[in-house]
Formats: sequence, structure tokens, C-alpha cells
Amino acid sequence: MRWETVIGIEIHAELLTKSKIFCGCSTEFGSRPNTNTCPVCIGLPGALPVLNEEVIQLALKAGLALNCKVNYINKMDRKNYFYPDLPRAYQISQFDLPILYDGYVEFEVEDIIKRVNINRIHLEEDAGKLIHLEDEPYTCIDYNRGGVPLIELVTEPELRSPKEAFEFVKTIKTIFEYVEVSDCKMEQGSLRFDANISVRERGQKELNTKVEIKNMNSFKEMQKALEKEEKRQIELYEFGEGDKIVQETRRWDSAKGRTVSMRGKEEAHDYRYFPEPDLKQIIISENNVISLKKQIPELPNEKLERLISQYRLNKKEMQIVVEDKRLTQLFEETIKKGARADKVLNWIIGDLLKLMKMGDASKNIPITATTLAELIKSIENGDISLKIGREVFEEMFETKGNPKEIIAKRGLVQVNNEEELEKIVGKVIENNPKSVADYNAGRKQAITFLMGQVMKETKGQANPKTAMNLLKIRLP
Amino acid sequence: MLGDMESAYEIVRGIKERRFKAEEVMEKYLKIISEQESRINAFITLREKGCMSEARMIDAKIAKGERVGKLAGVPIAIKDNICTEGIKTTCASRMLEDYTSPYDATVIEKLKEEGAIIIGKTNMDEFAMGSSTENSAFKQTSNPWELRKVPGGSSGGSAAAVASGFTPLALGSDTGGSIRQPAAFCGVVGLKPTYGMVSRFGLIAFASSLDQVGPMAKNVKDCALALEILQGNDEKDSTSCNIKLTDKYSLESESIKKLRVGVPKQYFEGELDSEVKNAIMKSIKTLEKAGVKVEEVSLPINEEILSAYYIISSAEASSNLARFDGIRYGYRTSEYKNIEQLITNTRTEAFGKEVKRRILLGTYVLSAGYYDAFYNKAQKMRESIKAGYREIFSKYDLIISPVAPTVAFGKGEKVHSSVQMYLQDLYTISVNLAGLPALSMNCGFNKKNLPIGLQIIGSHFSEEKIFQLAYLLECELDLRKKVAL
Repeated sequence: MRWETVIGIEIHAELLTKSKIFCGCSTEFGSRPNTNTCPVCIGLPGALPVLNEEVIQLALKAGLALNCKVNYINKMDRKNYFYPDLPRAYQISQFDLPILYDGYVEFEVEDIIKRVNINRIHLEEDAGKLIHLEDEPYTCIDYNRGGVPLIELVTEPELRSPKEAFEFVKTIKTIFEYVEVSDCKMEQGSLRFDANISVRERGQKELNTKVEIKNMNSFKEMQKALEKEEKRQIELYEFGEGDKIVQETRRWDSAKGRTVSMRGKEEAHDYRYFPEPDLKQIIISENNVISLKKQIPELPNEKLERLISQYRLNKKEMQIVVEDKRLTQLFEETIKKGARADKVLNWIIGDLLKLMKMGDASKNIPITATTLAELIKSIENGDISLKIGREVFEEMFETKGNPKEIIAKRGLVQVNNEEELEKIVGKVIENNPKSVADYNAGRKQAITFLMGQVMKETKGQANPKTAMNLLKIRLP
Repeated sequence: MLGDMESAYEIVRGIKERRFKAEEVMEKYLKIISEQESRINAFITLREKGCMSEARMIDAKIAKGERVGKLAGVPIAIKDNICTEGIKTTCASRMLEDYTSPYDATVIEKLKEEGAIIIGKTNMDEFAMGSSTENSAFKQTSNPWELRKVPGGSSGGSAAAVASGFTPLALGSDTGGSIRQPAAFCGVVGLKPTYGMVSRFGLIAFASSLDQVGPMAKNVKDCALALEILQGNDEKDSTSCNIKLTDKYSLESESIKKLRVGVPKQYFEGELDSEVKNAIMKSIKTLEKAGVKVEEVSLPINEEILSAYYIISSAEASSNLARFDGIRYGYRTSEYKNIEQLITNTRTEAFGKEVKRRILLGTYVLSAGYYDAFYNKAQKMRESIKAGYREIFSKYDLIISPVAPTVAFGKGEKVHSSVQMYLQDLYTISVNLAGLPALSMNCGFNKKNLPIGLQIIGSHFSEEKIFQLAYLLECELDLRKKVAL
């Protein structure tokens, strides 16, 4: 491999506050256009921003979870540029004193632990949204999103492949969900990312010209976009056409599967940053940081290690669970209710994920720890078979129902009674002399057919072990 | 003509004691305005009908024995960069010619709560940028003492309104002297409070770190009364102070004799007009006779301070005025094919020359590569100005200085020279850079009967001491018998 890829990522995450960063307006997604607005967040003359304290706490939590250092005295700055979605024509952001800096995060890529350093995390406000109407010569603006609090995280250029970039953003998303700083809903834009990518010859110290890629709406899309751009740059270098790579911003067109140039460096903005005079310095106390550190929950990596060693589970499978906070909660709570860890894991990895993928995976999970633990118990007790259990699970998923009620309502209780089963087995043997003969002639697989008949007779509710034993006894 | 309806203090007392009605007060003031406003042009918007019904409501309350506020029935004029719900707020700019704010500034809420009645919005330099009110997009205000002279600026309309007897009280805003210089030119009292003392919520920003709303009045007592109402923490303004303030200023105090007053010698050299100088010196002697200890001190004054001020104020202005893009409110060009043209043409057509000059200056000093040489250097200068004042206030209670280098100048006299105009601010801007309180008051007249101003500067939150010294001087000089119109 002659070429080495260098990637740096910027992540914007909307913080989970009820109100906006500089006013009391709601941050609720999906409200009617311009209803969550006030003189402050639409920048009316004379209106002044007041910092929402909750924003500081959430940002600190995010940063502490990513091992960042805290700038105990930091400040807001104005980033000046004209754009219709930015009502004051400046964004209140942070420039030279970000609230958090020098962090790192570790994650696994192909069984190797990778550490990526985080340059900084800063606070800023989101902008409004331009709505381009079809067949109309004008654009509408919705300022509901304007002033929603954001953190921007910037990595060092230490990612070495699109796959690493993929794993990195996935890790960050999971951590943000664990510490509850952002809901990370990409489809609602509450988690967004841009990437800078360049390619250099292995061993070369200095970085080559980088290209910024925007508009990647999912982790997979990001990986695809970076792979495309990586290939484009390597090809140009291979042909000695490296100077064709210019510092620019390219937009990922997912429909066409390629990046398109948006604007070059010569059009780059001079944002004329300066300290926001309408806000005071932000001063953070050490006690505040100490108490927040105590509130940081067990993070995904630690949790994964603990759970696999505690319960001796498959790492790959457990990883899938740990990456989704909801699944992890379900997993841990179901165990607390007395279910066996390996069984719980099987249900989650198997049936639950399958059902979730068929519907809208971002929706709340309808299965609770209580209902799942009950279901597992019913199978262990022999009340129902595993096969029936899966049907019950499906219904639980559809109706949020309780397994006992579903079993009772549908009359699914397993037939364990030996006398009853003996009668049925006897009837099956009587009615299927050919299969019995086959079996007696040494074609032992015929017993499977007979077993099927027993199940048919009992509508699948026969205890399979008991039924099989009885068959074997009756067939000489 | 106004008799005991001349001052806010007397009006409130008279109304509460039922010696006269708020309705009569309002009628009297509106009559003067209707007779004289065409000569003075103090107002951009006059509000006649609403005033009368509000005055009658005060009278009704008094008749029923209900509580009325501390400014019950007092007419007040508001500089047109302070937002008033339902009354246009234009900043004397084409950009906001038809703009009405959907909310009241905090200071307006406070005034209304105390029963003050807004009679109109006063003329000013566009977006408060100027020293003569000649940068208004709409009209030229005259100095009531001599109509061919300017009233000063940028709060020229408010100063002229008070001096003309159109109102006993007015609000101005002061970023570099915009309350104090017009107060001096029009012979009224104007206070620029300590930065953070009065909420800026609803004041359309020129330079956020320097702007402060303040009262303008006929006398020191009214000025103090108005400050009692305007001042105080506002949760809507993060830069507003969060300390306990005096809620009733006492103007007379025995300790006044123990005050140590510094007079910076550099302020009396160079640019200062000799008649202005003499009047201030005479006032100082009067104070000394009354027992105040006055000493000469050293406080450098130079054009670098002026540069620092113009760099910082213009930098902030360039950003504060960027929101006027023609998209959400205000003027919008009719000539555009795309968003860039919409924004550019709107701003080109609707901003006046001085506003554009400062936006360009501010944009330039904040640009990459120039930031350190200009903005950062100016901030360092600002720190050294603060340190200079700290040094003086460790030894002295107050400073006395001129307000402006000259008395009111002729209309059109300085419009072609920005530097000449900027020099008007020489004695006032360092106060804003340091965030200090300062009061401007009349201390005499020149041979042509134009008022001369005197400035009293104090340390942070020393408004009470300032009022006490000003009140003493006002009583000693006894100049108030003279009227402009």
C-alpha cells in the first residue's frame, strides 16, 4: 500500500435541552414553521441573548465522557457571515477558547484498538432552515431550529480509513446517547458530520491538500463518500495529477453516489470572529466538573468488557447490543429480573433485531424487561415451547402485550401431561402404519414425520421432549 | 410658562396632591410642542391622542384613590433607537423607516409601570452614529438656543425636546458621548450611567460593550429620579449588573465637603475652546468656595484613545448592523435577482453615509490579518484607560472635565470632516471605554448665549456622589432661570 489516507471529522450534535441556547423558546422538532421563535432567536433589533445554563452542563458531560480538559474560563464569540437562515447575520459560537479541548476516544476497528484525539468541543447555536418550494421562485425560512444548542466536536486528523471514520462516528453517537447529551437522531438532523480527507504517500510527514465533504446523512453514506473521495485522490496522485486536488468543499450526492464541488478556498469566508459583547465570560467551577464526572455512567466500552467477562458471552453479539443504549438497558434489566444472560442476548440479537429492522428502528422498543423475562421463564418452565415462544414474542412486539396473557388468550399452553400425550401418540401410530413400518425397517428418519403429526394434533403445543420419548417407547 | 409643571418631580407632586391634573400637564406640553416643533424638529414620531387618554387614566386612578407610580403623568420623550411596542422605532434610518417593534424595551416597561407617558420618539443620528443629529435620514433638529446651530448628537432630538420645554424628561443613549454632548449643547442635564446599571434590552445596539441608556432632564433632581426607575438588574440583559443599588438618591449630603475632586490638566490644553475652559474653571472655583477640595491630576488624553474607540465601536457596529439584510423586517430593495443582490442592494440603498463608513471600518479592523493590529491593540488601549481611571479613583472621588471642545456648532459646519466631528467625542469616549458613569450639565453660557457643558465623572456605581456634586453646583450657579425658547 503506497498511499495513506488522512481523515478528520467534525460532528455537530444538538443538545437535549427543553429550551434554546439564548432564549426560552422550545427546541421541539417538527413544530409548525416559525412557531418556536421570539425576538431573541429571530434577531429582532434590541433583543439580547441570555445563555441557558443547562447547555454548559450537557456540553461538559459530553466532553468529560470523551476525556476532554475543561477551559474553566471560556467565552462566546461572534462568527460573522450573511445568510438568510442566520437572523443576526452572526452565529454565536466559540473561537479561541472552546469550553472543552484535548480529549480522546478509543474504539475497535478489525480487532485493533484505535485511539483518536479530539482537538476541541465548542458551544454554538444552530441556524434556521431554508425551505425551497417546488415550482416557486422563492425560498421560505423556518427559524424554529435557529438557536437550538449545538456542540461541535473536531478531531485531530488521525483517522486512517473510511472504515475507521465510520467506527469513530458510531462510537461518538453511542457515547452521546449513554451520557444523554443528545438524542442523536440523524433523520432529524440532531447529529450531523463533515469530514476532511487527504491522501499522502506512506512515510510522508506533512499533510497534502485536504477536501471537505459535507451532506453525508448516515454513517454508511459517510463511509461511501469517503471511499469515493479517497479513490479519486489516489487516482489523481497515481497519474501525477496531484495538483488537481484543490482545497475545496464537496457535497456528497447520495443518489448519484459521488461528491460534487460546492465552493473553493478562494470563496472561503473570513468570519471576523470577535468576543460576543452581549454575554459575560463563562466561568466553570471545579466542583461543578467534579460532580458531573460522578454522574458519567458506565460507557459502552467498559460496559462491553464487563458484560462479556461477567456472563461469558459472544463479544460480537454483545457489541451489537451495547451500541444501542435501548437494547443495553433491556438486556441488563431483563437479567435483573432473573433471566439468564445468554437467553436474553439470543432474544435481542435474534428475534428483536429482526422485528425492529422490519419496522422503524428508531421507534421505542415495545418489549420491556418484565415481559421478556416472563417469556423466557415460561419457556424454561416448559409452559410453552421455544417455537410457540417466538410466536408469542412477535405478538408482544406488535401489541406491547404481556406473554402470560397472550399464551392464555390464545390457548398456547404446552401439553406436558404424559397420559394425554400417550393417547395422541397412540392415535398417530395407529393412523400412520406406513411410517411405522418404515421406521421398523430401519429408516429412522420416519420418526420425524411422526413427531410432526403429534405436533399437528396438538396444534404445536406438545412438549417436544416428552412426545419424542413416548414415540421412541412405542416404536420397538 | 410651565411654572410648577416644569420638572418631573414637581409634576408628580402636583398631580398626587391634586393641585393639577395629569390631563392639564399633558395639554400644556402638547400645546408647546404644537407651537414650536416645526422650528425645532425634535421628534420623528409624535404621539398625541394616546398621551391624552393615558393622562386621563392617571387622573381617574387618583380620583379613585388608587396607587399611581413614581412618574405618574410625567411626559417623556424617547430616543428613536429604544424599542416601543406600537410606536415606530426607526433609528432615524431608511432601513427601519416603517419598523414597529413587537415588544417594549425593559426601560420602557419600567417607565410605563411608574406612570410615565411617552409623548414621542426623538430624532437622532442614524443608528446613533454622529455628534450633531445631522446624520438623521429624516430631518434636521435645531438647537433651541440658536436655531442655526446643531443640538449635538446623537441624542440631539431628546436634548432639544427637553431644552425646548416639550417634555420634562427624555431618554437618550450614550456610546461615546451621545447623551452628554447634546445635553451640553442644549443646556440640560444628561447622565450616562455605569455600564450595566440600566438594561440594554430593547436598545437597538450600536456598540454593545459601550452603549448605555440614560436620562436627560431639566435638572439634577429629575435626572436622579429617572435613574431610580430605569436602573436595576434585568434577566434579559446578561451584561446588566447584579448588585444592590441605592433606590433613593439623596442629593444633599454633609460629606460633600469631604469629596476630593480631580481635574485632569491635559483636558484643558489643546483643542479646548477658551470660553468653555473659562466657564468650567469658574465653576470649579465656585465649588471650592463651597468647600469642595479640588486638585489638578494627570490623565492622558490623546488621539490614540479616539482610535481605540472608533475601532471597538465600529467593529461591534459592523456586526450589530449586519442583521439589517432586508429579509425579515425593515427596508427591502426592489432591485434583486438573487439573495446576494437582495442583501447588498438593501444595505446600499437604506444605510446612510456615516453608517456605511463605520461598517466598512469595523469590517476592516476585524478582518483576518488586521485583527491583532487593530482590534486587539484597541482592547489593550481600553485596558490601560481603565487602569488610568482606577489609579485616579484610588485617590479622588470624582473628576471634573469639559464635555466637548466647543459649544454648539453651526449646521453643516463639520459634516464634511469626519475627523472634526470625531474630535467632538474627545472628552467623553474614555468614560464609555472604562464603563464609568458621567453626568453632563450646564455651567454657563458663552458671549453668544450658547450653553456650556461640564462633565462629572465617577467610579463605577458612584452615581449618588455625582448627583450630589452636580446638585451643589446647580444650586450655586443658579442658571436655570434662563430658558432656550
